[in-house]
Order: sequence, then structure tokens, then C-alpha cells
Amino acid sequence: MTDPILACRNVSKLFGADAGRAVRDGRVTAGAAELAAVGLIPAVLDVELSIGRGETFVIMGLSGSGKSTLVRCLAGLAQPTAGEILFEGRDLFAMSEAELIRIRRHKMGMVFQNFALLPHLTVLGNVAFPLDVQGRPRAAREARAREMISLVGLTGREDHFPRELSGGQQQRVGIARSLAVGPDLWFLDEPFSALDPLIRREMQDEVLRLQALLKKTIVFITHDFDEAVRVADRIAIMKDGRIAQIGTAEELVLNPATDYVRAFTRDAPRAKILTARSVMAPVGETTDFAGEVAAGARIAAFAHDVEQSDKPFAVVKDGRVIGIVDRLAMIDVLVGRERKTAA
Amino acid sequence: MSLTAVGEPAAERRRAPLGWLLWPALLAATVVLVSLPAGALPAWMTRYPAAWQVPVAAEISAFMRWLMESATFGVFTVRELTRGIAWVLDLPLAAAKAVLAGGIGWGRGAETVSLAPAIPWFSALIAGVAAGYWAGGARLALLMGAGLGYLAVFGQWPSAMVTLASVLVSSALGAAGGLLIGLACVRWRWVERAVSPLLDLAQTMPVFAYLLPMLILFGFGPVSAMIATIVYAMPPMIRVTTLAIRAVPPEIRELGAMTGCTRAQLTWKMLVPSALPALMVGVNQVIMLSLNVVIIASMIGAGGLGFDVLAALRRLDIGAGLEAGLAITVLAILLDRFAQALATKSARAPERDPERAARKRRLLTGAFWVAALLWLAAALKPDIAGYPEALRLSTAPYWNDLVRWINVTFFSTLEAIRAWAFLNLLAPVKRFALALPWVWVVALVGIAGYRLGGFRLAALTVALSLFIAAVGLWQVAMLTVYLCGLAVVVAALIGVAVGVASATRPRLWRAVETVIDLLQTLPSFVYLIPIVMLFRVGDFTALIAIVLYAVAPAIRYTAHGVARTPPALVDASVMNGCTRRQILTRVRLPLALPEILLGINQTVMLALSMLVITALVGTRDLGQETYSALAKADIGKGLVAGLCVAFIGIIADRLISAAAERTKRRMGLGR
Ligand SMILES: Nc1ncnc2c1ncn2[C@@H]1O[C@H](COP(=O)(O)OP(=O)(O)OP(=O)(O)O)[C@@H](O)[C@H]1O
Ligand SMILES: [Mg+2]
Repeated sequence: MTDPILACRNVSKLFGADAGRAVRDGRVTAGAAELAAVGLIPAVLDVELSIGRGETFVIMGLSGSGKSTLVRCLAGLAQPTAGEILFEGRDLFAMSEAELIRIRRHKMGMVFQNFALLPHLTVLGNVAFPLDVQGRPRAAREARAREMISLVGLTGREDHFPRELSGGQQQRVGIARSLAVGPDLWFLDEPFSALDPLIRREMQDEVLRLQALLKKTIVFITHDFDEAVRVADRIAIMKDGRIAQIGTAEELVLNPATDYVRAFTRDAPRAKILTARSVMAPVGETTDFAGEVAAGARIAAFAHDVEQSDKPFAVVKDGRVIGIVDRLAMIDVLVGRERKTAA
Repeated sequence: MSLTAVGEPAAERRRAPLGWLLWPALLAATVVLVSLPAGALPAWMTRYPAAWQVPVAAEISAFMRWLMESATFGVFTVRELTRGIAWVLDLPLAAAKAVLAGGIGWGRGAETVSLAPAIPWFSALIAGVAAGYWAGGARLALLMGAGLGYLAVFGQWPSAMVTLASVLVSSALGAAGGLLIGLACVRWRWVERAVSPLLDLAQTMPVFAYLLPMLILFGFGPVSAMIATIVYAMPPMIRVTTLAIRAVPPEIRELGAMTGCTRAQLTWKMLVPSALPALMVGVNQVIMLSLNVVIIASMIGAGGLGFDVLAALRRLDIGAGLEAGLAITVLAILLDRFAQALATKSARAPERDPERAARKRRLLTGAFWVAALLWLAAALKPDIAGYPEALRLSTAPYWNDLVRWINVTFFSTLEAIRAWAFLNLLAPVKRFALALPWVWVVALVGIAGYRLGGFRLAALTVALSLFIAAVGLWQVAMLTVYLCGLAVVVAALIGVAVGVASATRPRLWRAVETVIDLLQTLPSFVYLIPIVMLFRVGDFTALIAIVLYAVAPAIRYTAHGVARTPPALVDASVMNGCTRRQILTRVRLPLALPEILLGINQTVMLALSMLVITALVGTRDLGQETYSALAKADIGKGLVAGLCVAFIGIIADRLISAAAERTKRRMGLGR
């Protein structure tokens, strides 16, 4: 990674009285069981990661695995028990209060799981709130807020109160608010967990659309692998406070580092994750192709064509044929078998 | 939800077989001790020896004298400081009184320069109706019109405005002070630790007890009464504030951090506004408590409705007393509904239709302009300001006739009721209470404390009851316990019965709720009036008044607890073949027990706070002690008697709360 916007080194966060006693040489090396024995709850243990500029980084794991705690550390809301958080190369917790406030006012935005809308403000007031805090003049902040509101498609509801909106609409307000200051770094903590599946899909599309438009760095938390697959560039899977594996969705599915990751990805929609490259067979003697598919194309995009044809398709990269896919490969993907001959 | 004992320490379960015998055994011992012939016990056990008394009262009096006469900070004396505070606090009070009741101007006596008269009744009526419409819509506007109309038509206007001015100013100051202290409690642990025992004390101590120190500190005058009122009315606001601010979702705080709020921005732009609906509930309580105390305080010469009632009762002019009492009721209802409307206003959807919103705004501004112009007119032509004498109504003669008729017709019946209650209820209980050896009572309180809450609770209850004995007020305190205890038992019986009956019958509940809402809005003083009319003064009158005043929470909590039984449990019992009675006794009541206990706890507190009021009808307990100390300006005696009442309240509160907590845990409902 050339220019990480956010990185963390050996970050641990323990809950319990006098948590600092578990720290040795700036790290927590003890295991979960040892810590539990002395009455400490390890929410995050020895996490190491870095997030590149413009990347959409998803943190996922089961409930209680420490996702929220980790992201609260990353956002500087909670001080880690050990380790450091580097924002643009500088330690967040070594900064002065004033500087931290400045960074948060201008460079970070956050969307909360339960929306966290202020009940006494209208939609307009809520979206303009971060600008109000900065002391921007009323006209300027309201103009900006209206811009954000139209961005998330809520025009016409500016003077509604949060309680008059549906869950999906409320979260749109939360999104608009977090974008109002034009942050470089955008945190979303299980933003759609409280929404029903249809609206959730809609909101995921919304995030994808905004991301295509605005190109932020996104740290996105979810416990839903499908959701992660839809939005992520890279995914970190957490278990009991530790990061089990970091990689693209395809890497996680193809080379799970642990049984836990394997179990997690077992029911993943493989056709939407795997690319032609990872299921192709060696070219061999065949030259009679029904057509071509790009090496990076997702299987779901061409499976139909391959199935229709008796002949295999060529997998091409940079104009060169590097392998073939045929009907059999499609079936393997669907039943979750990995082709032994895969490159 | 499980009904088995989860998390109960094993030791406690082992002790259980003997444990249930403890209470019957104690009861038996008590009965035996009381019926022992005189002289069977050493004298020091039955009566607290005078030689052991600690002269706390005298020392407090001496200290206060020193404080006011010689204490100094060097540059200025304590007296100058307190008088300065009084002067500052008098400004808003004087302003409100001038606007509402006295007229705006300066100077005294003959050289008074009058700038404007007080706001005349018609302006106030229009403004009140408009404010009601703004806060709560047409219904509240109607209520305001009717209520204020009553005050004008029945000649209660001037007194009511004096009372209103005090209530408004003291509740504004009380609410603001409570908010600030509450915020400080949330912000700094040590503030909370320092404040919370004071809150308990301030709420359980009778108002009279600190009215006196206030008078000494801040001088004789309405300001002292107002400060006492604020002290009494502020605790609920402090509590509500700490609860409401803490209940703001943590995500809102995090949002504050993420948007880069400073501390002040976090508090005033996020926490306070988003907790506003809950805070308004506290404001409502402050207003009602202020009204209650203002009425009491005005009896001691501050004027206003309370004074009118007392004067009428002294003249035995029942009709006039009742009219003034009704005026208090009207004022209480108006204030309560208005405050409630304010509290729920932010939760209602705003007017979206621009046309209607604009019309509403025009209507409101129009009304306020009209009110202002009429005021101006009244200033120019003062003789139109008063309510025309010819149109004044009074129902006093009818009331007098009615009461006379009732007393003549039912004299023997009423007298029989009174005599029966006295002979069969009051007298035996009183004798019993006075015959209890003080050592045994202290021991009982200690044992109960130990069983219910462990060693620390036992130490607290024993220490508090020893204090009562040591200051030499044991006998009076037992009279208090007798009267309050009896009232609480009666109120609890009625309350639980009514609560159970109405819990599963929504129609009945609505009727009951209306009644208890009303009962809880009325200042405690109002209760006395009709009862005194029927039964004259004495313990029985006091008993009924206390029961009426204190029964509401018992009903409310019981009904709430019984109604809240999880429907699944009721379904399960129905499927197990329980009869309705069995469902009630086996499922609903046991599950509601903790909540019922909390209701009874509230009932005890209300009963104690009613004590001082009943001193007016000649009871002989601690209430009388504080009241007469006030009359004699005996500051030490008043404070000590007040502390004793507070301690009885605290003992009862801690024991009952501990019992509620324990039953809750036993039923696996605990958290
Ligand atoms: N303030 C706290 N005090 C003590 N323990 C905490 C605190 N906050 C979190 N924990 C513990 O830390 C662990 C991780 O919690 P965290 O909220 O980060 O989980 P999560 O992965 O976000 O779960 P979810 O999907 O339910 O939001 C949990 O075991 C939790 O009990
Ligand atoms: Mg979480």
C-alpha cells in the first residue's frame, strides 16, 4: 500500500478495571482466556491493518467480535489500551484536543447504526448540524445541507422531523449529515442493520453510487457477508477481537486462512465473487472457443452464456488467452467444488 | 422470564427454613413486650432517659445565632452575604408580582409613583387563552378560558395572581437551578456524591423545617419563602435531569465527538435539547411542588390563596374557604395541563400546511396585541381594570348552607363514624405505639435492615432511629409513626384493592386514573377543607386527609404492575387451567409485588409530607412540633423535628426499597 490514510499498529482495547496492567512493551500479548481470568474483557486484540486512500474497507464479524470497538478506536472515539492509530501518518492520540476536533470537523464523517439523529432538529437542521458546530453562517450551511439532502434523494422533506421519517429515510439523513463536511474518511458502523432487506439493498446501492461519485475512503462495518461483498474492495474478518484474515472477497473464499473464515464464507454467493481467472482450466489443445471472457469478470456475468454453449470460452488477459471455462466449471462453482486444476 | 431463584446466594437458601419464622417470632415478641405490666422492664428501656439526651436543638440555635450575628468572611459578614442574595432573588419575584398583582411603579406609601397597573383580568384572560391555544390547541385554550374565568367571576383574581407570581418565579428558578445542578452531577462524579444525600433529605423533610432557617438567613419576607420553595421543588428536577441526560443514547454523544463539538456545544446543542421532553416532565413536577409549597408558605403571611383559605377556616367560613380552595385547584389544574402541553408539544407533528400555520400565527399575535392594548387602556383608565362588582358571583352561602344541612342532618351518623374509628382504630394503635419500648423498636428496625439489605442498611437504620431517641423526640416520633403508619396501611389496602380491580378493566381504569390524576394535582392543603367541615379537627380528620393525599401512588403502581404481567404468562396459566382468581393470586400479584412495594414507598413519602399540614388540625406529632417551632421562631427545635421526620422517611424508604429489590431478585426479575 503506497499511501495509507489510516493505519493501526498492535491496537488492543480491553474493558475492565485498570486495563493498562495487561500491557507489556506497548502490546497486549496475553490470550483471551488469560485476560478473562483477571477480569478483563478483550474487545479488540492486537490488530494491525492499514487502509489506503480511496479504498472501501469492510470490517466484518459476528455480533460481539469487536467491530464497533475497533472502529471507535479508528475514529478516535475510544482510546486503545495499547497500540497506536495513525491518521495520515500521525498518531491520533498524541494530538492535542484542538487538533483532534479540527480533524473531526473537516476530515471525518460517521454514520451510526441507530441513526443518532437529533430529535429536536428537522432534517435540514440535522444535516446542517456539523456545520453549525463549526460556526458556519446560517445561509452557507443550509445551502450545503440542501445539496446533501438532494444527493441522498430526500428533497422536499427538509422540514420534517426524524420521527416522521421511515427507517430508510432516517438513515439517508444520517448519511447526508456525515457527508456534509466533505470528509476524506467515512465511517459507517452497521449502517443498514436496522433496516429490512429490500431497503437495505437500496441503501447499499446508494453507498455504491455515492462512492462512485465522491471517491471517499470508506470504513464499513457489517455482519452480513453479502453486504460486504457488494461494497468492499477488501474485507477484514474479525473473531473474538482479533483479525482472522484480510483480503478481497475472492481471496477469502478461495484461500480461507482459518476454519472460521471458511465457515463464514461457505454460503457466500460464489458466482458473484469468483472471477473467471480463479475457475479456469489450462488452455490445453483446444482452439475452438464459443467466445471470450475477461480474466477479472465475475462468473455471474458470463455463466449464462457459457451454459448455453457446448464449446468452452477463452479467458483472456491483455489480449492473451490464459485459460478456458466450460459448463463443468460453472457447475463446480455452483456446488462449491474447487477445480483441482485451477491456476 | 424464569420464576426460579436465579443468582440467589446459596447461603440465603440454606437459611430459608428458619428465615420465614423470623417475622412471626418478632411479632410475637413485640406483642409480649407491649402487654408486659408497667415496671417489668427497666425504666431506661421503656422511656429514653432524659439524662442521655443530646441538646442538638439548643446547639443549632446557638450556631445560627453566631452565624447571623458574628460570623464574617473578613470583608463582609455572613449576614450581608445572605441579605445580598435575598436582594438579588427578590428582583424577579418583585417584578412578577408587580406585573401580575401589584402594579408597576416605585416608591412606597403616599409617594408611590405608579407607572402602570397590574395586568388587568381581561388582558390576562385573553393572553392565557392564546397561550393555551399555542401550547395545547383548542381544548387547552377552552380550559384556560374557563379556569381563568372562574378566578375572575368568583372574586379570587387578586389572590390567585399573587400565588401565581410566586409559583412562576420559584418554578423558573427551581427548574433552571435543578437543570444546572443535574448537569453538574452528570459531569462530575463528586458533585453527584455530594448532592444525592441532600436530595433525599430535602424531599423527606417537611417544608416548615427549613422555612425557619431560611427566614433567619434571608430575612423575614417573601424571598425566604421562595428560597424554601425552590429548595423543596428542585430535587425532582435534579433527578430527572441526571436520568434524562444519562439516557441520551451514547451514539448521540459519539456524534458530538465526530462532528467536533466542544463541551459546551455538546451540552447545549445536543444533550439538553434531545432530552427536552423528559426534562419537561421534571419542570412539570417543579411547578406542582412549587404551588404546593407556595400555598403553605402563604399561610404564614405572604398573602395569596393559601392565606385566604386559612383565614376563612379560622372564621369558620366554610364557603369562602371552599371557594378559595377551589381556586387553588383551578390554578393547579391550569398550571399542570399547561406544563404537560409544553412537555408534549415537541413530540407532536408541527403544522405543515403553510396557510393554516400562518393563520394560527396571525391569530396568536393578534390576541397578544389585543391583550397589550387592553392593558394600555386599563393603564389610562384605571377604573375599568377591576372585575365589576355587580357581576361577581359567590357560591359561599350555598356551601355554608350545604355544610350546615349535612352537619345537622347527619350529625349523629358522622359522630358515630368518628367515635367508632377512634375507639376501634386510632386509640388502640396509638396506645400500642406509645407502649413499645424504644430499645425494642431500634432493634426491630436494625433486624429488618439486616435481613433486607445487610449490615450497612442495618447500621444506617439503627443510627437514624438512635438520633431520634437521643434528641428527646421519641414519644412525638412514635405519634408520627402511629398516624402515618395507620394512614399508610389504610391507603395501601384501598390502593391495592382499587389497583387490582381496575388493572384488567380499561374502562374502570380510565375513570380511576382521572380521579387520581386530580388527587395528585391538588396541593395537600386543599384536602383538609372538606374533611374538616365534616369531622372537625382531630386525628381522624388528619387520617382521612393523609389517606386521600397518599393513596394515588399505591393505586397507580399496583394497577401498573398487575397490568404489566407478560401476556404469555397469563396465556400459559389459562392453558394450565387456572381460574381468574388463581391467575390473579398466583401469577399477577406475585409478579407485581416489587412494583406495589414501590407504590407503597411513595405513599409513605406523601403521608409524611402531609404531616405538617395536618398539624393545622391539631395533631400532636412531629408535624406539630415543626409547626409550633416556626411560630415560636425556635430554629433548633424546628430543624431537629424536621430532621426526625426526614429520618423516619429515609428509614421507611430504604427498608421498602430493599424489600422490593429482594422480591424482584427472588422472582428472577432483577437485572
Ligand atoms: N463499554 C464497554 N464495557 C465493557 N465491555 C464492552 C464495552 N463495549 C463493548 N464491550 C465488549 O466488547 C466486545 C465487543 O463489542 P463490540 O460492540 O465491539 O462488538 P460488535 O462486533 O460491534 O458487535 P455488534 O455486531 O453486536 O455491534 C463485546 O464482548 C462487548 O461485550
Ligand atoms: Mg457494533
